[in-house]
Amino acid sequence: MIINHPILGPRDSQEFTYLGDATLIDRPDWEADDAAGQFHDYLYLRDNPAGEHRELWFHEQGDRSWLVVTRNTVTHEILNVELARDVARARGRSK
Amino acid sequence: MGKFDNHGLKAVSPLGGFEPQVDAFTGLLIREVTDRALASLGARQGSEDAVKSAAASYLGGALPEPASWNANGEFAAWWMGPDLWMISAPHDSHELLAGELKEAVGEAGSVVEQTDGWCRFDMEGSRCFDVLERLCNANIRAGKPGDATRTSMEHLGVFLLCHEAGQKYSIVGPRSSAGSLHHALVAAAQSAI
Repeated sequence: MIINHPILGPRDSQEFTYLGDATLIDRPDWEADDAAGQFHDYLYLRDNPAGEHRELWFHEQGDRSWLVVTRNTVTHEILNVELARDVARARGRSK
Repeated sequence: MGKFDNHGLKAVSPLGGFEPQVDAFTGLLIREVTDRALASLGARQGSEDAVKSAAASYLGGALPEPASWNANGEFAAWWMGPDLWMISAPHDSHELLAGELKEAVGEAGSVVEQTDGWCRFDMEGSRCFDVLERLCNANIRAGKPGDATRTSMEHLGVFLLCHEAGQKYSIVGPRSSAGSLHHALVAAAQSAI
C-alpha cells in the first residue's frame, strides 16, 4: 500500500504507523460540565464504517508528521491525505 | 579550537575509537565522520517566516526546501520535517553552534543541541547504489544531489543525504546505535561487493 504524503509524495506504508480514527483530534474540553460523559464517548465509541474512513497515521520512518488519511475500508483505496496539523487548525484546535 | 579544550579528557568517536573508523572495499569507502557540530532548529507556530529569514542571514543562505539539504560556506542544513531543520557546522569553529543559532533566531525558533545525539558515516565510490539499495527503501537511483531523505536502515531511523548521485552520500543515524548502523553498512557492502 502506498500513502501519498502531502509533502514528500508517494511513500511505502511500511514507513508509517497507524493510530486510529481521526476523530481523536476532537478531544473534549476537560473543563466542560459534562466532561466525564464526553470523554467516555471520545474514548470508547467509534464508528466502524464499511467505506470511507478518516484515520490518523504517523510517518515514523520519515519526517515524523501526523497525517489524516481518508481510506475506503472496503477497497483499501486511499482517497485523500492531509497533514493532521492542518486538519486540527481548520477545526479551531491548536489556536 | 573550542572553548573547552583544557579538560584533559580525550573524546572517543561514536564507534568508540580515538580516530574515526574507515572501511575500504573495492569501489566503496565508508568513513566515520566526527568533526561536525549539530543543532536542530524548529520554527514556532506563526513565526515560520521570521525563522527562515533569521536563519538565512546567520547561515548565509536560505534554509533547504522539504526533502533536501544545502551547504552555505562552512554551514550545512537539512530538512527534517515540517518547519524543522538540522544545522551542521565544523565542530572546531562552532562547538557552541546551538547557542549561536539561538541568538540568531531569538524567540521565533526553538533550538536544541544535537551534536552528540548522532553518528555520521560518509559513503563514497561507484558501488553506492548497490549497497544503499540493500539498506533502505529510499528511491536512491532516482535521487539527485541535494536530496535529504529520512528513511530506515537496520530498523534505525536515519537521514540519507546525497552529495553526488551514485557516488557520495552521508548517513546520519542515532549515536547510541552507531555500532549497529556501522555493522549494517559493512554487512551490506560485503554482500554487494
